[in-house]
Amino acid sequence: MNEALRRRLRRAKAFDKAFGVMGLLLTAAAIVCLGALLWDLAKDGLAIIDLSFLSSFPSRNAGKAGILSAWVGSLLVLFVTACSAVPLGVAAGVYLEEYAPKNKLTTLIEINIANLAGVPSIVYGLLALGVFVYRLGLGPSVQTAGLTLALLILPMVIITTREAIRAIPQSIREAAYAVGATKWQVTRDHVVPYSMGGIITGVIIGLSRAFGETAPLITVGALTFIAFLPPAPVTPAAPFVNFDWLRSPFTVLPIQMFNWVSRPQAAFHLNAAAAGLVLMGLALSMNAVGIAVRYRHRKRIRW
Amino acid sequence: MNRSPSAPAPRSAFSRKAGRRLRERAVEAALFLAAFSSVAITAAIVSVLLVESAVFFREVPLSSFLTDTQWTPLFSDAHFGILPLVSATLVVAGIACVAAIPIGTLIAVWLSEYAPSMARETLKPALEMLSAVPTVVYGYFALLFVTPLLQAVVPDLPGFNMLSAGLVIGLMIIPYVSSVSEDAMKAVPMHLREASYALGATRLQTSFRVVLPAAFSGVASAFILGFSRAVGETMVVAIAAGMQPNLTFDPRQPAETITAYIVQVSLGDLPHGSVGYQTIFAAGLTLMSMTLVFNIAGHFLRRRFREVY
Repeated sequence: MNEALRRRLRRAKAFDKAFGVMGLLLTAAAIVCLGALLWDLAKDGLAIIDLSFLSSFPSRNAGKAGILSAWVGSLLVLFVTACSAVPLGVAAGVYLEEYAPKNKLTTLIEINIANLAGVPSIVYGLLALGVFVYRLGLGPSVQTAGLTLALLILPMVIITTREAIRAIPQSIREAAYAVGATKWQVTRDHVVPYSMGGIITGVIIGLSRAFGETAPLITVGALTFIAFLPPAPVTPAAPFVNFDWLRSPFTVLPIQMFNWVSRPQAAFHLNAAAAGLVLMGLALSMNAVGIAVRYRHRKRIRW
Repeated sequence: MNRSPSAPAPRSAFSRKAGRRLRERAVEAALFLAAFSSVAITAAIVSVLLVESAVFFREVPLSSFLTDTQWTPLFSDAHFGILPLVSATLVVAGIACVAAIPIGTLIAVWLSEYAPSMARETLKPALEMLSAVPTVVYGYFALLFVTPLLQAVVPDLPGFNMLSAGLVIGLMIIPYVSSVSEDAMKAVPMHLREASYALGATRLQTSFRVVLPAAFSGVASAFILGFSRAVGETMVVAIAAGMQPNLTFDPRQPAETITAYIVQVSLGDLPHGSVGYQTIFAAGLTLMSMTLVFNIAGHFLRRRFREVY
């Protein structure tokens, strides 16, 4: 082997090794950015978070302001979102995987879902403004916000449901058909329960996205300064449940944070950091729970 | 056998069968309606944007909307040229892509071709956490962490600027670019790599001269979809890029994107139906058309790479 060729080979191998290290460093650097983000929030916000921050209303006085109305609002909105997006999304996913014939209409539905997943979130806000707020007269209320976010995460729920269902082997269905089950019985008693792990993961990750979403709710007209709570959903007297909270004006955590960050005073920026820390902690732990559910489910079932 | 306990015993086999068939039909119809709702949502989006912006276009001719270089709908001397908003949107998305595309692609190559499976299993979810962070938190990060950092490097950088917003959006879309590209590279059949190794190529040469070109359409779709996502991003620009329309391609300047403008008007108290208010639907229509073009191109490319092998 001549010397020049040997040198070229050595160089190629050195580049190969170098890229192995560089790739690791680059991936690590991106993750370090996430760390920097957390550190930046924690350094300003950690000192602010205490019981009174969680149990106070927003205030003109930065030191006294808290996130009570914001986290209660987030909770109620997410409840509406989950109640509307989950049944609709799972049903749509089941239809597309188990029932849909291969025809133009199905293709149209599939293209639509893929396209909806790429629509900017603020456009959903405009849709909600046009339909829920003006046409249906629901106003900037908890129900409007919940439904808006439900539309937003619907494609995500559908796509993950389909993926979960697709992982179920055909033999399971055939076994059920062989003992005389109808299509719906196969779906209800076998396909959906077995794909539950994947579906729950998709739902949780979708809800965590809805939880952090700000833009569409600003568009429907969420108020940024709310110093009261919506009427309680549970009442001490009969009939024990009360749906007035659905029509109540609201704020949510990301909007509260946006409000604080866009004020010029530095004292409010500290509050924003604290709210951001709460927001990020909850969003990331929801994601972690979702991933853990998928992991456990995958481990338990061996086809 | 019918599972329902309430079924009367002396019912004939025929009616039981008919009831069963009816239930099956009803379930299928209900499920179909759920799936069809996606088409209804798309139709609703398009019709809301068209109907509401029709009010706007009755007052403002399309030609001045597309060619006027000023966007001052809230001033008494109102100009309705979308160009300043479009230019800011493109500059911010461009910066995001300049940051995210090389980094995202290199990470994808590394994850797909180099990383030991242990490292991949732990680093990939960690990387995906980047896209789980609420965007308003990224806005805070851009305004109060990245901008001061950049101000130390770039002299006279204003507090609001497109550069820091673009870079932070870039960070946000890295996991997106890398995971779509990685999927595309994973789909390249092993025998192509083996042929390359058999000729004496190193892993690096194989990755960049065989795998990456073979996965090109998938990787390109990752770029396009990433760009489209950057175009639609709202909170980071609303917080960190400033809120005044500015027709400039200088990333150091503050400027207002389409999405930031919609947020600005939504926060104000203009009455519904006024031209000033209806501008947000015209802006939304512009935004929707831009992302639609990119999304269609992206999906077309993605479909192609799936069909090749």
